[in-house]
Amino acid sequence: MSSWFFADAGLVLLVLAIGASTIFARKAFDAAIAFVVYGLLLAIAWVRLSAIDVALTEAAIGGGMTGTLLLGAVARLRSAEPDNIRLGLPVRLATGFCCALVAAGLAGTLLLLPEAIPTLAPAAMENLVHTGLGNPVAGVLFAYRALDTLLEKVVLLLALLGVWSLAPNNAWNGIPGLRLYERPNSTLTFLAQILPPVGIVVGIYMCWVGANAPGGAFQGGTILAAMWLLVIIARLENAPSTGQLWLRIGLVLGPAVFLAAGLAGLVSANGFLAYPPGYAKPFIVTIEFALTISIAVVLAMLAAGPSKQVQQE
Amino acid sequence: MSGANLFGICGAALVGLGLYGLITNPEPLRKILAFNLLGTGVFLIFGLISRRAAAAGFPGDPVPQAMVITAIVVAFAATALAVALVLRLLEQTGRATLGADNPVSEIGNP
Amino acid sequence: MKRMEFALDLFTVFTLSAGALFFLAGTVGLIRFPDPLTRLHALTKVDNVGLGLVVVGLIPQADGWGAAFKLVVVWLLVQLSGAIVTQLIAGAIREWGPSA
Repeated sequence: MSSWFFADAGLVLLVLAIGASTIFARKAFDAAIAFVVYGLLLAIAWVRLSAIDVALTEAAIGGGMTGTLLLGAVARLRSAEPDNIRLGLPVRLATGFCCALVAAGLAGTLLLLPEAIPTLAPAAMENLVHTGLGNPVAGVLFAYRALDTLLEKVVLLLALLGVWSLAPNNAWNGIPGLRLYERPNSTLTFLAQILPPVGIVVGIYMCWVGANAPGGAFQGGTILAAMWLLVIIARLENAPSTGQLWLRIGLVLGPAVFLAAGLAGLVSANGFLAYPPGYAKPFIVTIEFALTISIAVVLAMLAAGPSKQVQQE
Repeated sequence: MSGANLFGICGAALVGLGLYGLITNPEPLRKILAFNLLGTGVFLIFGLISRRAAAAGFPGDPVPQAMVITAIVVAFAATALAVALVLRLLEQTGRATLGADNPVSEIGNP
Repeated sequence: MKRMEFALDLFTVFTLSAGALFFLAGTVGLIRFPDPLTRLHALTKVDNVGLGLVVVGLIPQADGWGAAFKLVVVWLLVQLSGAIVTQLIAGAIREWGPSA
């Protein structure tokens, strides 16, 4: 057993302990904070599994954006009436036993997997030269399984439609009810002036470098969304009203460019979402750039929530 | 037992934890948290498969990794919609729970 | 050159251990201190000195000046965000009392 084994074992124990404290915490606030810590520890676990792109995505979206969403919800739910229902101890013990059975069954199945399992890694790496990319995960996302990525973007838009449809009738096309920081000129304003330039550079860099190294459109887009949210929460910019044209164009830009590239593939190459030989890299870079903008807008709007106030003319 | 196997077992344990939290916690927000835990446990299992499928010289199979990236984004979208629903429930009824109108003090205790 | 590499590795091990010690001290402070303000005080030691020692220890192991520069930028960003968040939490405690 190498020393890495002990480091991994320590990390696994930490992850399980924080996961347990997320479930068993008394107050919702403690559970939300534990969840953010859990997301960040999981990012380290992903690095140990040699999946750096996944680690970046988990830290950004799983830890950061979900944490923002949950902490905002916990703050608003403080005014709710507490619940008096608690399951009795026999029911909880029985449930715990069944869940332990499920977990043990899964773990047993995983340990019984054969050592050499069918893998697509060699095929993926061989054909990567045709796409002009250096990052195999980007190759899978944008070349081999591009349809999945296109549909995933559409799923994000559908979720945003669902969130917006929860607005009251008279506030349709209004301003999202994102909670802003109460004091207008504070330390947060300083952070919101210093950090976004750095964040924007880092976000664009992450999208650009994703072609050859870990990174990509999703990770870069999340950082851009976080910078935009920071600027809105610090009251340096107003939250956009959901009916504005530039907002809607930004949302649709990514999937539209992706779809157009796919349809162009019908004409210039031999199928939907096929790239013409030799031109794959420019197509993919254009798609990634449009996708980053769209992802930034959609993630920020998902975190901002449904509109609350009518648009002020 | 290699490190990747450890993470696979961790994923299975998280699935069990998440299931337990989903079933026993009565508040919807805690159920959303447990659901996220369940999801990330399943992703770790994918991570184990990706690491196991590492052929000669490659650190991991990129196809499961790309699927996990897609899944993390979709899980966030689902969480955002679920949280928006819970907050709307709060606005409409003043309560953030799905309990009956006459809350029972304990269910399942004889 | 082997002696140089060995000396650099030794340096890395020592500074990383010292950084880990600060992390441990900060975590113990987070758990055991009685008051939110004192806990914030413990955390800032972790941010500044602990992470700084870890970054200084990792610079000899980085491949190239670009990677070393990125490590230092990470440290500066963590300090910036840590300082701002500490100010905001301390302001909230001053306004609403330690139970905030």
